[in-house]
Amino acid sequence: MATDSATAAIDAYLRQHETKGLLRLITCGSVDDGKSTLLGRLLYDTKLLFDDQLSALEGDSQRHGTQNGELDFALLVDGLSAEREQGITIDVAYRFFGTDRRKFIVADCPGHEQYTRNMATGASTADLAVVLVDARKGLLTQTRRHSYICALLGIRHVLLAVNKMDLVDYAEDVFADIEAGYRELADQLGIAQVTAIPVSALKGDNVSTRSDAMAWHDGPTLLEHLETVEIERPAQTLGFRMPVQWVCRPDQNFRGYAGQVAAGTIRPGDEVVALPGGARSRIARIVTADGDLDVAQPGDAITLTLEDERDISRGDVIAGTASPPQVADQFAAHLLWMDGHALLPGRPYWLKIGTRTVSAQVTEIKHKIDVNTQDHLAAKRLELNEVGYINVSVDHAIPFEAYADCHELGGFILIDRQTNATVAAGALDFALRRADNIHWQHIDVDREARARIKGQHPACLWFTGLSGSGKSTVANLVEKRLHAMGYHTILLDGDNVRHGLNRDLGFTDEDRVENIRRVAEVAKLMTDAGLIVLVSFISPFRSERQMARALFDAGDFHEVFVDTPLAICERRDPKGLYAKARAGELKNFTGIDSPYELPEHAEVHLHTADTAPDVLAQQVIEELLKDEA
Amino acid sequence: MTDIDTLARGSHLKRLEAESIHIMREVAAEFANPVMLYSVGKDSSVLLHLLQKAFHPAPPPIPLMHVDTTWKFREMIAFRDRRARETGARLIVHTNPDGLRDGVGPFTHGSAVHTDIMKTQALKQALDQYKFDAAIGGARRDEEKSRAKERVFSFRNAQHRWDPKNQRPELWNLYNARIRKGESVRVFPLSNWTELDIWLYIYRENIEVPSLYLAAERPVVERDGTLIMVDDDRMPLEDGETPQMRTVRFRTLGCYPLTGAIESGADTLPKVIQEMLVATTSERQGRVIDKDAGASMEQKKQEGYF
Repeated sequence: MATDSATAAIDAYLRQHETKGLLRLITCGSVDDGKSTLLGRLLYDTKLLFDDQLSALEGDSQRHGTQNGELDFALLVDGLSAEREQGITIDVAYRFFGTDRRKFIVADCPGHEQYTRNMATGASTADLAVVLVDARKGLLTQTRRHSYICALLGIRHVLLAVNKMDLVDYAEDVFADIEAGYRELADQLGIAQVTAIPVSALKGDNVSTRSDAMAWHDGPTLLEHLETVEIERPAQTLGFRMPVQWVCRPDQNFRGYAGQVAAGTIRPGDEVVALPGGARSRIARIVTADGDLDVAQPGDAITLTLEDERDISRGDVIAGTASPPQVADQFAAHLLWMDGHALLPGRPYWLKIGTRTVSAQVTEIKHKIDVNTQDHLAAKRLELNEVGYINVSVDHAIPFEAYADCHELGGFILIDRQTNATVAAGALDFALRRADNIHWQHIDVDREARARIKGQHPACLWFTGLSGSGKSTVANLVEKRLHAMGYHTILLDGDNVRHGLNRDLGFTDEDRVENIRRVAEVAKLMTDAGLIVLVSFISPFRSERQMARALFDAGDFHEVFVDTPLAICERRDPKGLYAKARAGELKNFTGIDSPYELPEHAEVHLHTADTAPDVLAQQVIEELLKDEA
Repeated sequence: MTDIDTLARGSHLKRLEAESIHIMREVAAEFANPVMLYSVGKDSSVLLHLLQKAFHPAPPPIPLMHVDTTWKFREMIAFRDRRARETGARLIVHTNPDGLRDGVGPFTHGSAVHTDIMKTQALKQALDQYKFDAAIGGARRDEEKSRAKERVFSFRNAQHRWDPKNQRPELWNLYNARIRKGESVRVFPLSNWTELDIWLYIYRENIEVPSLYLAAERPVVERDGTLIMVDDDRMPLEDGETPQMRTVRFRTLGCYPLTGAIESGADTLPKVIQEMLVATTSERQGRVIDKDAGASMEQKKQEGYF
């Protein structure tokens, strides 16, 4: 009997639960605005506190509270994060509560500017933002910054909670002024839906129960709004899109493509195309562990089988053929930079979008955006927590959607190739037509043909090392010997190239990146012409040497590390540059106030301190010709 | 136009399930040598279920690993071996050979030393030995304060350390799985589940869990206000102490000498969920399933020990 009633009760609860949705929200505002109090109040009002927690809170409120012995909810949430003292207050904390109508996941975000990247982490999965404003203070710089980040990440719903109304005598005009000011801001930012509610988190006014003191407010309470607000998903107008996560092949008779539906619906029999490849087929089955589906919808985790055998792999997007996504390799995008090392245009990063990872470069920073004022500023680099509007190019054309239409196929991250850190979050805007319009021109005489007349195998010898390390000396010797042996060579020397091709570039990090990019491209063209190219550039950054290497076929690029201790270079100082740098007359000098990143996988490692230049030159030539012997 | 409630088959459990499946597939696709930590408890049971669903109809491509302290409830070990057999998952069992040699146990060495050597150190040993680059675990953000801040893909350096001050930003469902040799990632597919979600999902999906979660008559002794089950004869009894048969169940499962039982009559899954709902939402609130309010007060007082 007891079992029956328990089962019936749980079944009833589950039925109710089945139709209960999930709302993910982010709370913005500093602790001073009453965020902790509001969260504590919500946990209390939705009865997610145990009796023992409550009695502890009563005790704490008596002892430490700031509310004359009344319950001080801030103690509750701050107590949950005792690790604040240990310095992990910097990050977003996830909290959970629920009512009979919805489950809520709250990303509780830190307020300070230096933690903008962590706020972005919380905002990226939020359907709605609760922006807290202190009624006495009105809109602050922080309100603007948080709202901008929310808008950037595509949050279309803001609940503006004007808090501490009890401290302004519940005055309607104070609330109305703040609401009007915020609506203006929201219009500028393109936030579609704003609901403003006057509250006192401390007293409980308009949090979960209507406020008698503010009878003039005829809108919902905060909790009512959270329970009932309708969140439309973007991507509703798009056709079917599913990035392939994993190819399921348990045996020869089954080949399925597993993924989560990003947009649209799909049914067995529908025609689909796999992008970027373009293979077409029809859906045979929509497989799940709970049985095959008649239709799959956004958010479903499914496995598709096709009527025909097609070569489709992880990273491809399976799309409906009626209106498939565009495929492109150059884009305009917003970018939030999240790393301590600045973004440098031209430097290669990994870009992950959907389930695909490609190599990418930011080709241009059109402007950066002051997140506090939304002003556009000129910029050559992006520092930590800065937002820029950029052009980005990737090394393989990829299917995509504008972020505004589909977060799953328009949101991307950049990953540093050396540290593997997640350094940026981006939102694709549109494809640049440039790539479409400039096709690769087919040329009948190819590099093999040109090399054949020369009777040599084209290659690039890349000399890297500090200023004064002896790069040019060794490179010069190598070229002389190769020339004497009948090889057609060219030596590109850093100083000489800076007098011509690169004379517009200085010595900032971004200019150094561009310096290397240009010479690497020139070296590539010259090997296409059949030449053996010697490049003698300091090239201090690993990333750029890697970028240069990536332009060449394996085996055609030989990195030569001319390894001379800084002290020796400085003693030699053939051009007097070290002396100037030490005297502070020369900025950004490699080895002094700009880093030299040691090569990790150089083909040739030359120790100049104890070996004569002609012996070193011979080592390089042996490396170059080792395959010809 | 469409309400969030009706999208993607609406219910939040379905959304949580899909999210977890997505995470597991990312692990299988992006790591060379992943493993799933299987601790035999309710969260592990849900993980194993999701693992099967994620790769259906293929068998799970990720092996299970249990770090066995040799002090688990006997039923847990039998359950573990049976479930591995039934699901066809590959099961690796690791016990710290040093601890085994030195006879480390909770009664002789104390709970802190035992836990460190037989659990924490044993886990690192196993991860190093098998060179796993990703380890899926069942931890949830609602469990504990620092967990509330941890990422789904949580980076570990070559010494297995977590740096909470310098976590990788984690946006949307784009997980950064790139690591260097020796480094690893702990992955938590159940991050956004609550304890209630876990039980409701177990009930809804009919997932098997060890019967230790359900009330039954078991031999227990009371120590420092905690009920400890006498699971085998390694448990030293104090003078005058005799195990008593009491109707108890367990809220969590671990090493039997370190796991307190609670007195409860909840001998079915619905009753367990009912007890928990009443306990969490408090009897003052005549909510959903609150037909047994009188018993729950006592219940919570017992649970207050833990």
